[in-house]
Parts: sequence; C-alpha cells; structure tokens
Amino acid sequence: MKQVTATGHTVDAAVESALAQLSTTRDRVQIEIIEQGKKGFLGIFGNKDALVKVTLPPDPIEETEQYIRNVSREIGVEVDIEVKRSGKNVTYLLSGDKIALLIGKRGQTLNSMQYLAQLVANSCSRQYLTVILDAEEYRTRRNETLMNLAKKMADKAVRSGREVALEPMPSYERKIIHSALINFKNIKTYSNGAEPYRHIVIAPLKK
Amino acid sequence: MKELIQTIVKPLVDHPDDVQVTVHEADEKTIYSLSVNKSDMGKVIGKQGRVAKAIRTVVYAAGSSQHKKIYLEISE
Repeated sequence: MKQVTATGHTVDAAVESALAQLSTTRDRVQIEIIEQGKKGFLGIFGNKDALVKVTLPPDPIEETEQYIRNVSREIGVEVDIEVKRSGKNVTYLLSGDKIALLIGKRGQTLNSMQYLAQLVANSCSRQYLTVILDAEEYRTRRNETLMNLAKKMADKAVRSGREVALEPMPSYERKIIHSALINFKNIKTYSNGAEPYRHIVIAPLKK
Repeated sequence: MKELIQTIVKPLVDHPDDVQVTVHEADEKTIYSLSVNKSDMGKVIGKQGRVAKAIRTVVYAAGSSQHKKIYLEISE
C-alpha cells in the first residue's frame, strides 16, 4: 500500500501532483481531502493550500505476480512471467530453466501454486479473480494428453461394456474430459468421490 | 527452506509478523513447524485442509532435491 500527501492551490491541483508522484491514474486511488484550501483576501492574505492524502491500494495482479516470483525464487527457480488478463481470468505464463521443478508430478506443484496465487489475488481484490498458472505450455500439452486419454478410455468402456474410472483430477481437468466426450453418443460421463479425490467415471450406455 | 515457507505464508495471513517457522532435525527427517496468529489458523489450513495441502506440496517439491525427508507441521 502506497500513500502520499500532496499540496496544491486547489484540491484538483494537489491530487494531480500526488498522482504524478505515484505515477498512476485517478481511477485507481482513494482520495482523502484533509484541507480544502482557501483563496484568501484578494489572493494575498490568508490563502491556504489544499492538502490531500492519496492512497494507492495494492494491485492484485501485480501483487500476485510478485508472489509467484518470490516463491519460485525460494524454490530455486528463476522465472520469467508473462501476464494475460481477460475479464476476471488472469493467466500467468511462466518460463525459465528449471521449470519442471515448478510443475511437479502431473502438475501437482503447479496446481498448488495456482491455488495459493489465487488466494493472494483475491485477498486484495474487489472483484473475484480466477488465476491460472501455466508453465512452458504445460497446460496446453496436458489438455491434449487428457483429450487423447478421454477418447481411449471411452473406447475401452464401449468395448468392455463396463464403467471405466479415471484417476483423481482437479475440477478444470475433469471439465476438459467431460467436454471432450460430450459428442460421444454411446457413453456418459460423471464425477464421483469428494475433492481432492474426485474422479471421472465413463459409463457405456445400455442399448 | 525456512524463507520459502515464510514467503508462501505471509501474504496469506492478516498478521504476517506473527508467522514463525522453527526447524527440528531428527535422524532421517527435518520437521518444519509453522506457527501463525490464532485468528489466522483457518487461513493457512483452509476448507478441508486445501491450503495446508497446497503449502505442503510446494514445500515438498522444493525439498525434493535434498536427501532428507521433510515434513511441515502447523501448530498454534
């Protein structure tokens, strides 16, 4: 949280000077007027400058980026972060040398970091933000793997005539499988179990 | 490792100054004990331990390069 107090001939002028010091814009700050300022008699006697206090609340997106950077550094991985924002979805694309360490087995480290980053983002945000962490296209590659797996398992369910249970996955990975199989007419998919062990079951439809 | 735990936890709590990590070395393992302000306990544990689990996953990932097994305990 950054805060400056500034003076000026008018309230407006004082605010402008504070904004210049914080190098930000008016819509991102909170302004508190301490002294209105007076013109004074003939502009000579008793004129008083306006005094304002301008507070810049922390920007959740920047705070989160810093958080990811700090945690990665402590793990021992220097990362480059690219931020993409669309609506309430914020995506952080990480790249770096030892990025595999941050992804972990089946992405579990990346998923955990994503969850923590989301908490940090929403602790100082007015609007609910969804944080997505991606490392070196990991999520894109994982999507393809999941879609292939979904089709293979659907095939297996149809051929064997039995339900096929997949391993536990986080919700957005399950969503990928559900939507990959939405056009398969002879099976249905549903989720079973409680988080974090919730998993998908592919069931063949009886004819 | 101590710094890592503090880096992860401090932004999550309301009282960052009360975050403390103590280390206990045993033969085969290293135990890190995390203590936070009482009112922040819920924040570091989370619904059904989701936050605690996420913190552990990240910490264990960082510790995988060491030979000793590491544990993270959360205490009041």
